[in-house]
Amino acid sequence: MSAPQKLPRWAELGLLPLINLAAALLLSGLVVKILGESPWAAFKLLASGAFGTQEGIGYTLYYATNFIFTGLGVAVAYHAGLFNIGCEGQAYIGGLGSGLIALWLGDRAPFFVVLPIAIVAGAAFGAAWALIPAWLQARRGSHIVITTIMFNFIAASLMTYLLVNVLIKPGQQSPESREFGPQAMLPAAHELFAKIGITFSPSPLNLAFAIALLASALVWVLVWRTRWGYALRVVGQNPSAAVYAGISPSRIIIQAMLLSGALAGGLGLNELLGSQHRILIDFPGGAGFVGIAVALMGRNHPIGILVSAVLFGALAQGGAQLAFDMPKINRDMVVVIQGLVILFCGALENVFRAPLALLFRAKGEK
Amino acid sequence: MKLPRFVSSLFASALVSPAIFAADFSPAIIYDMGGKFDKSFNQSASDGTARFKKETGIEVREFEVTNAAQREQAMTRFAQRGAQIIVAIGFSQASAVEAVAKKFPNVKFAIIDGTVNLPNVQSINFREEQSSFLCGMAAALASKTGKVGFVGGMDIPLIRKFAQGYADGAKFVNPQAEVFQNMTGTTAAAWNDPTKGGELAKSQIGRGADVIFHASGNTGSGVMQAAKDAGKLSIGCDANQNYIHPGSVLTSAVKRVDVAVYKTIMDTKNGTWKGGSIVLGLAEDGIGYSLDEFNRKLITPAMEAKLNQAKADIISGKLKVAEYKVQ
Repeated sequence: MSAPQKLPRWAELGLLPLINLAAALLLSGLVVKILGESPWAAFKLLASGAFGTQEGIGYTLYYATNFIFTGLGVAVAYHAGLFNIGCEGQAYIGGLGSGLIALWLGDRAPFFVVLPIAIVAGAAFGAAWALIPAWLQARRGSHIVITTIMFNFIAASLMTYLLVNVLIKPGQQSPESREFGPQAMLPAAHELFAKIGITFSPSPLNLAFAIALLASALVWVLVWRTRWGYALRVVGQNPSAAVYAGISPSRIIIQAMLLSGALAGGLGLNELLGSQHRILIDFPGGAGFVGIAVALMGRNHPIGILVSAVLFGALAQGGAQLAFDMPKINRDMVVVIQGLVILFCGALENVFRAPLALLFRAKGEK
Repeated sequence: MKLPRFVSSLFASALVSPAIFAADFSPAIIYDMGGKFDKSFNQSASDGTARFKKETGIEVREFEVTNAAQREQAMTRFAQRGAQIIVAIGFSQASAVEAVAKKFPNVKFAIIDGTVNLPNVQSINFREEQSSFLCGMAAALASKTGKVGFVGGMDIPLIRKFAQGYADGAKFVNPQAEVFQNMTGTTAAAWNDPTKGGELAKSQIGRGADVIFHASGNTGSGVMQAAKDAGKLSIGCDANQNYIHPGSVLTSAVKRVDVAVYKTIMDTKNGTWKGGSIVLGLAEDGIGYSLDEFNRKLITPAMEAKLNQAKADIISGKLKVAEYKVQ
């Protein structure tokens, strides 16, 4: 494989993803056309559904919050050369941790006590779920992709068992816990804005978004501004060189996976404490897997992850709007559009690189 | 001034011409994760809206959710856009219905398979254990090995209700009957995993089962296929699935979600809608076992007599089918 052609930084980080995105949207437009709807109208609906109203923006950022947590989780592991497919399970179990605290303390401790404990519990549970695959990878060489996928299924089984047999609110069909106490509910964005006199349409957007932003900043500092982050990146790029430099790859692998699981565990804050206010079945809803695409598209950098998380949030929210207003476009079509974005921005990201590089070289020689 | 009723209704129809009324009446339905075309529970609901549309020419707006947050979002959206009745399909929508129905006390809501205690919500539940009981009887009557199988979707109370009724029915006919039970999975994917459904059915057949009942949404298509391939019998669920493999589907535990959906929308249109709890069992014809040209040959007159006797006894209260208790 030849080395990827060099592009100017702005083209690398801005132009190329935009071209890929445009290509994905163009192809989606073609599919919409085949279904007999106007692609332009569909695109307008998608965009206005995601960003056109306060409510739309709220939902977009609410979905994005989930993707930021899982995207960061995937990215941290990726910097250690690990492909963590297990964010779904880690988020599921992490949410269990936060949820248990919320159930336990929600109506007997003040909010500022519940929140930090719930954050720590979510991170701890998520990290714990990543520990065994991490240990198996570091000490036994069992491939992390396989073990984390398996742990997703174990997490799902465990949660179904707990919700059906242990945590279920008595006397109902739906496998859900009782509602959290009021002190365990993260304030919604429209409530916070109302306090400072700004009216904002109700949406599930909540304080967890701010926590996600904070987590992004922390990840940036940790990975690029600390000694540990340096060790992490060395292990990811060249484990042999790491050993030569006195870094223990197995220790870094375990630490990276713990951090990865802890970040994924943050999803529970947004989904359970922020929006649903109860533990319910299958609440990560695939965000752990979307996180992989988000991290890849965002080049495993917190800012990139932020941007691509908002993009996927917009696809989720705008897509729902599209399905709502264009009966011919059903929810599966939305998945097709998301799939095309992932395809072009992830798998085919180098398709336009060579022509673009040629273009820049030609321009430079002139 | 008191007018005879027919005169006042004449007045009413003159004032509100049907065309205008049709344009103003805007019912909505929200399917759950299984999707509108699951050939089972959700599709049955969709059939109900299709019937309403065919009879009245009024469009029913619909939405299929893909994640938990969308339930409340879609319900709110429909309510804001002037839907008079919003039908939520599936127990998992109960909390969303509760939240939105509180915010829109003038909009009517109906939930299938769930209970929400609000004046503007109609909670429609089915006595699945009764139809499962009859299907269990049919299975035991048709079985030559005395071993019958059950494949559930996800291990949740609703599906345990099916399983229990089925096992009770089989044992009612044949106290020595062996009932194998398997659940397909622990995630929502369990409702849409025909491959695994087929594998579970094959393993039950391998252990000697010759009639297999599924309560697993689209997963059941794999169960029924596996039974057909092995020359055994299967029992469909929710919708009448006898037609899928004629001669191999013994019967179906029919749950008339379509009738319930149709009725709640129609009642709203006619102004006869009432909130509260509705429980549909054999007596109300809300559930039952299906008998049509596709399985006519499989259900012998002797079997039919026994099933009908049991059905009559259940309706009269002579035969009590144990209800599955949610903890």
